[in-house]
Amino acid sequence: MSRGTKQKLAFALLTAAAVVVVVPVLLVAGYIIWRGAGAISLEFLLSAPRHGLREGGIFPAAIGTVILTLGTAIVALPLGVGAAIYLSEYARDDLLTRLIRMAIINLAGIPSVVYGLFGLGLFVLFLRCGTSILAGSLTLGLLTLPVVISTAEEAIRAVPQSFRVVSVSLGGTKWQTIRHLVLPNALPGIITGVILGLERAAGETAPILFTVAAVYLPRLPRSVFDQTMALPYHLFVISTQVPGMPMTLQFGTALVLLAFVLSLNAAATIIRSHFRRRRSW
Amino acid sequence: MAIEQQAATHAVPVARRRRLRGETAAEALVRLSGISVIIFVVLVFVFLAREGIPAFFEVEVGNLLGTRWYPTVGRYGLLPLVTGSLLVTAGAVLISVPLGLAAAIYMHELAPAWLREILKPLIEILAGIPSVVLGFLGMIAVAPLLREHLNMPTGLSAFAGSVMLAYMALPTIISVSDDAIDAVPRSYRDASLALGANHWQTVCHAVVPAARSGIVVAVMLGIGRAIGETMAVLMVTGNAARMPDGLSALFQPVRTMTATIAAEMGEVANGSVHYHVLFAIGIVLFLITFLVNLLASVLMLRRGTRRDQLLE
Repeated sequence: MSRGTKQKLAFALLTAAAVVVVVPVLLVAGYIIWRGAGAISLEFLLSAPRHGLREGGIFPAAIGTVILTLGTAIVALPLGVGAAIYLSEYARDDLLTRLIRMAIINLAGIPSVVYGLFGLGLFVLFLRCGTSILAGSLTLGLLTLPVVISTAEEAIRAVPQSFRVVSVSLGGTKWQTIRHLVLPNALPGIITGVILGLERAAGETAPILFTVAAVYLPRLPRSVFDQTMALPYHLFVISTQVPGMPMTLQFGTALVLLAFVLSLNAAATIIRSHFRRRRSW
Repeated sequence: MAIEQQAATHAVPVARRRRLRGETAAEALVRLSGISVIIFVVLVFVFLAREGIPAFFEVEVGNLLGTRWYPTVGRYGLLPLVTGSLLVTAGAVLISVPLGLAAAIYMHELAPAWLREILKPLIEILAGIPSVVLGFLGMIAVAPLLREHLNMPTGLSAFAGSVMLAYMALPTIISVSDDAIDAVPRSYRDASLALGANHWQTVCHAVVPAARSGIVVAVMLGIGRAIGETMAVLMVTGNAARMPDGLSALFQPVRTMTATIAAEMGEVANGSVHYHVLFAIGIVLFLITFLVNLLASVLMLRRGTRRDQLLE
């Protein structure tokens, strides 16, 4: 075989690999939309499940997912941005900083089901939060923390050093500089990072299994100490635990979950590209 | 008038003092959030240990190392679960590493810019699909396909799990490999081309070998991702806790460590032996992923690649 033929063959294989990677993504999205679109109606979105989950809608689960996503943001945002500010503005290259960085990498690698165990052990049982929105949000918040820290740190570091120099030379203190110059300029990047973290949290099932999720709870939660239904867990339940479950409802639930998660992704992408274009530096 | 003046002369030092106090308070808070990350990792370990260590006193070591997982009759052999996880992960790596590397090379070397702009978001979408949705599709679509074409009783098998995990690991593998290839100095390419090698020879003999260490990191991260995945695996592997017997086991139902925790934790009484053993499995998982990620981060920091890729 001549080397020209070899090259052609190799490139054909590489192209085939890319097709094999990408086409299933389109198939997955297309198939879920195709089979699920029929289920989507106002009634489906705005009513509670009935008859052993086999009829009705997904309202409590959808609201539960929104609540948990907000709860996750409330936990992960201050901690994550705080840690990012520390790492980019204050931290010296010392043992503590290296430990924090190792901890972030380690936290990012912990399997989601282990987060679930941890949440059960610490928040649900030890701190007596019970199976609750509070315990679930704390668990999901920790899971999201590494993504938030790393993207926020990157956004903060991207703010030009000259901004800081000018602020300090005008008499601004370090914190004033961070608050009034660095953070506002890093904000789009930080928001993007937080949304990307929430995207992951919103779709997670394993961490909420033992910390917050309820199989069936037709009313909305009343406080942070209530359990709640959530879309990912609901999809798991109706696709594995309920015999005779209508396929349309399963696909409809999958579609709503996918749409919610991907719209978070789209929001992050739009914010990122919008501000990248407007940025003057 | 006099009072106002007095107030004004006092205002400056008070404001400055407040500002200084605010300054130290802000720094302390920010430092605390940084340190909290270390505290969380310690807490995760402490609480896994607190609930899981008792298992090693309640169940004999011989039992834990046994090959039978029947918690209802007190058999807590972890081997079928560990081998199940390893089998599914190995299958996923065998699929996703060649595929991911090839796709990364294609995107980097062959795809025109406009196509890259389409491929990248698609791979981001793949990374964003919740694992429960992939598991659902695996049950509905992939398992029946396998059943028909590979002549299996249900299609729910280690192999189905490997396919799901492979696609979940692909975004990580592609993005890290892509960056590793990107980091190869241009001069390597130029030198190879100047010596008369064609594009493929250059990629194959100069670029990829030079990106080797980054590709190893990609593989490690892919393994870490795959071994800790829960929902998709729980839904498509068939969940039979049995010892794999040779290569054919890939096409039979298995049960992974993660799936066992997810499936059984909801049904056990807090503080029971079974409960403690499930936490012990959590400790094993934590340690495995910790080692895999530690190795990857050491390799990565040595190369000085972007740290945040570990976090995707």
